[in-house]
Amino acid sequence: MLKNVHFGPSVLPFLLVLPQIIVTLVFFIWPASQALYQSVLLEDAFGLKTEFVWFRNFEELLSDPLYWDSFKITIVFSFLVAFLSMSFALALAIFSDRVIKGSGAYRTLLIWPYAVAPVTAGALWVFMFNPTLGIVSYALSALGYEWNHQLNGGEAMALVVMASAWKQVAYNFLFFLAGLQSISKSLIEAAAIDGAGPMRRTIDIILPLLSPTTFFLLVINIVYAFFETFGVIHVVTAGGPAGATNILVYKVFSDGFVGLDLGGSAAQSVILMIIVISLTVVQFKYVEKRVAY
Amino acid sequence: MIENRPLLTIFSHIMLILGVVVIAFPIWIMFVAASHPEIRMTQVPLPMLPGGQFFENLDIALNRGMSGMDGNGVGYMMLNSLAMAMMIAVGKIAISLLSAFAIVYFRFPFRMFFFWMIFVTLMLPVEVRILPTYEVVANLGMLDSYWGLSIPLIASATATFMFRQVFLTIPDEMLEAARIDGAGPMRFFWDILIPMSRTNIAALFVILFIYGWNQYLWPLLITSEPEMFTVVMGIKQMLEAAEQAPQWNVIMMTALLAMLPPVCVVIFMQSLFVKGLTETEK
Repeated sequence: MLKNVHFGPSVLPFLLVLPQIIVTLVFFIWPASQALYQSVLLEDAFGLKTEFVWFRNFEELLSDPLYWDSFKITIVFSFLVAFLSMSFALALAIFSDRVIKGSGAYRTLLIWPYAVAPVTAGALWVFMFNPTLGIVSYALSALGYEWNHQLNGGEAMALVVMASAWKQVAYNFLFFLAGLQSISKSLIEAAAIDGAGPMRRTIDIILPLLSPTTFFLLVINIVYAFFETFGVIHVVTAGGPAGATNILVYKVFSDGFVGLDLGGSAAQSVILMIIVISLTVVQFKYVEKRVAY
Repeated sequence: MIENRPLLTIFSHIMLILGVVVIAFPIWIMFVAASHPEIRMTQVPLPMLPGGQFFENLDIALNRGMSGMDGNGVGYMMLNSLAMAMMIAVGKIAISLLSAFAIVYFRFPFRMFFFWMIFVTLMLPVEVRILPTYEVVANLGMLDSYWGLSIPLIASATATFMFRQVFLTIPDEMLEAARIDGAGPMRFFWDILIPMSRTNIAALFVILFIYGWNQYLWPLLITSEPEMFTVVMGIKQMLEAAEQAPQWNVIMMTALLAMLPPVCVVIFMQSLFVKGLTETEK
């Protein structure tokens, strides 16, 4: 971690880390500790007096059925996003690994949605599925299905899942393709000599060898669905209808900024922090192992 | 390819083309909508082929804005987004280079403590500390300013880790040689470390530019003056106004404008982009 040859002691290294440390302290560690502190306080509506209430904010939160609904919605949402975008990306990566001509062009055409902002992605999908005008809902109504995500919670969920997964396919595709290309060709050739066709090789050799990549991407996709899809939700459904797409991050925002429930919002932040920390630990433990695989 | 199976290759191509079509379909619809007059966008079914009013819509979106709004367009929001994205990307790279340099090349008290402190930022995304961070920025008087938009986002564990890895692969002989030639630490940093990690800096810049450009929650919280809005916020604002009078041609043109700079970066700097994406995840 430290070079064998390095510079002697001076104040210089302190000055060098100083900018990063200041930003970290002021905008990360201090606010996080404030969130911890506020989560055990109860403030009245005018901010005039605060009372130390131990874990009452947490107790209230955890006994609130709306919070548990939001929890369940977040889990369903993130698994659907992860599953949809990963399976789509995996299929495309396997086909792309197979073709020789044009694989570069396919890659270019598949990766650029990574750069589309969640809000922009949400705007596109909400336009296509607009109940009165949207091109897809028009096609659906021609088939006899009346789409209205503004009223139907299931359809709202489907729409935010599609918009979020669409954006994430690019990322998964790149990592799956890199994973496929790092599989030793001799393994595949040996299987082919033993008479295994493309389908069998994919199931028995390629997929098991891809499992480290798959697991890594699963963690990344869950983090993405938990924390980075705020823009999609905000534009497409704003948590509605009737809380059907009110994921945890959106709830923190709406309870804190719109509802101004400081203690409750801080308690939610603390729970989210615990979730991020555990996901990060899982990710890092796994990255250590990936090398040894 | 192991064996020659023309049918399977054709099938692969067909599936890939289908995949590309599914991925590109929303963008096609957006482009088509951005090229039609307003009146056409209220008639069902909506068009599937481009119309002839692309440049008029471009002018409306950039300079005049949707009718019923403040009449300024989103041109200045594009500049705000650009300023924010550049400040975030440059800021993150600068402070991460400096701290990685300190951590790899110096032995000093609390070195590991600082390292872990930077690491912790990885676990504290904006989303989990929304309100208190807002309060800090408000107390510092940084609301509605470029500083407020960028500085709170520029601490970066991933960038610091990446530069640490890069510096660790630079041979020790470099430092020894530089020292024999009488170079001090900062001279070594500028004239040897920076040039040697040039491609890594460029790759990281591509990723961070996209990250900065696409920020939404943070600008939404700390800006209340319309002149500080970023272009992705402009889309949301227009969608809200669209509930009374939909002007999808202008909204989709704005979405196209908001998408263009980061997408161009990905397409034209593809190898740097892929390098940046895979390196920051290590």
